[in-house]
Amino acid sequence: MSENKIETPELVDFAVTARKYKTQLTKKFKNRKVWIEPNPFEIQSFIPGTIIQISVKEGDLVKEGEPLLILEAMKMQNRIEMPFTAKIKKINVSIGNKIPKDTIMIELESEN
Amino acid sequence: MSLKKNILALRQKKAIVEKGGGDKAIEKQAAMGKLTARERILTLLDPNSFHEYDLFVEHEERNFGMDDKVLAGDGVITGTGTINGAPICIYAQDFTVMGGSLGLKHARKITKIMDHALKMKVPCIGINDSGGARIQEGIGALAGYGEIFYRNTMASGVIPQISVILGPCAGGAVYSPALTDFVFVVENISKMFITGPNVIETVLGEKISQEDLGGARVHAEITGNAHFYAMSELECLDQIKELVSLIPHSNQQKATKVEPRKPTYKKNIENIIPADPKQPYDVREIIFALTDESKFLEVQELWAPNIVIGFGRMDGETVGFVANQPMYLAGVLDCDASDKAARFIRFCDAFNIPIITLEDMPGYLPGVDQEHAGVIRHGAKMLYAYSEATVPKVTVILRKAYGGGYIAMNSRHLGADFMFAWPGAEIAVMGPEGAANIIFRKEIMEAEDEDAMRQQKVQEYIEKFANPFVAASKGYIDAVIEPLETRGLLLHALEVSKNKDDHRPYKKHGVPPF
Repeated sequence: MSENKIETPELVDFAVTARKYKTQLTKKFKNRKVWIEPNPFEIQSFIPGTIIQISVKEGDLVKEGEPLLILEAMKMQNRIEMPFTAKIKKINVSIGNKIPKDTIMIELESEN
Repeated sequence: MSLKKNILALRQKKAIVEKGGGDKAIEKQAAMGKLTARERILTLLDPNSFHEYDLFVEHEERNFGMDDKVLAGDGVITGTGTINGAPICIYAQDFTVMGGSLGLKHARKITKIMDHALKMKVPCIGINDSGGARIQEGIGALAGYGEIFYRNTMASGVIPQISVILGPCAGGAVYSPALTDFVFVVENISKMFITGPNVIETVLGEKISQEDLGGARVHAEITGNAHFYAMSELECLDQIKELVSLIPHSNQQKATKVEPRKPTYKKNIENIIPADPKQPYDVREIIFALTDESKFLEVQELWAPNIVIGFGRMDGETVGFVANQPMYLAGVLDCDASDKAARFIRFCDAFNIPIITLEDMPGYLPGVDQEHAGVIRHGAKMLYAYSEATVPKVTVILRKAYGGGYIAMNSRHLGADFMFAWPGAEIAVMGPEGAANIIFRKEIMEAEDEDAMRQQKVQEYIEKFANPFVAASKGYIDAVIEPLETRGLLLHALEVSKNKDDHRPYKKHGVPPF
């Protein structure tokens, strides 16, 4: 049984509702993901995988529902479609790329 | 042949099998800094208490060149023995025999000893050191895993189940430990993951080492899969002995009572909590001041340290402690802390161990990550576990008890048998600053000096409501006590709860928010 091993730690201010407490942070808390509002003009990978087909090129005007690319992950070919009608501003991936989750694969701009 | 000759032949036969994978493989095991399966069992159990069964079981697969292979004991040692005199069933996978890989007969040896443990109502300890499924045995290996999981589930809440990870434990193999009550890991030796670094790199292109993916520290600190973390195998085996001495053999018994002892902690219990409510302290000091010989076996020490759980003894009897830890994240409840406490409460309840809750918490952890991680459903597990538990449940409010956290930490409303509060306790719907801002919003906004008015109103609120007497006036707190009275009162509460008889409506089982 661990007995009486108390260390003096480094304390930080930590706000819970209206009061700030002196305490230590955990590694997990320090590494937590900070929330970023999603940008609809960025097409991100929802799963890590490999780009096996790209059906558009920069400057194309693409209609809602048309295929953009195929992201293969877990032996499944996922067809990524255009979420709304817009122009392709930039393509950040090429065929054969292995990409992690949340990679911005394609950037869009409004059609006008 | 005479009997004497037969005996000699038996000894010879046993000696060969007991060598496992042979001298070369044993040397390799030692080079990895690992004990052999047999050494582990013999070190853990009382001297001369181990008795092995199914030593001569052979593997079944005859394809893929397996027909002429001899696998000693099919790669697993099973048997019975004692730890500090307490009977237990045990199995240990032998990495020196084909990497400890699991075939059908290997699994059947394990399920046989598990069945035995369940029938005899003794704890079952599994030492895992295996490369995984023996691919040559095909779905026979999968069947084997499934049969083990089924028995883990059947035995859950009936006998304590302990898993010791002393080598690789990957793929389906990890789910047996996950179903058991306590998982022990050792730095640099234990590796647990569903899909290993190779697969992750091939499929996803993410490079990570085995240690960073599923090493001992990761499971002790990040995932919470491990309950006890040791720096060496010997330390780990000592931890197991200590745990086994503290918990009952089955759900039909109580933990073995030992000679009562007084706490030995030198610090006065009155001097542990700082006067300033914003300053932290280590709640384990309060536990040390309460338990026999000031001993406390902490469970999941590194994971979600904002809540402390573990076992100690009071007057020789085992008690489970659940305590908020102001030293980490101000002692808030969050997803991990709720999961950690809820599972522990359910273990204590299943095995007749009274629960003492020490409360000092400011509320739930605010944050998008928490909300999106499902703090609602995770937090609910704690409410469920406390409400469901029928063992004696005693709470001591040391300092802060605000809002939803007050309800969650074994409040009277969830069925606490005894509710005590120290005189400095603040039991309120929320912290004074927050409450004053809402209740006196108009007065504060209309005042010439808003800050001065806010300060005044906060002070008013603290004086009127941030104390234990409002809750005591309603009977939600049974007694406001002096810190020095705490151990005596807890002992008394446990004494008068000995024959507690609490019933729950008939059900097949509840549906907790898993």
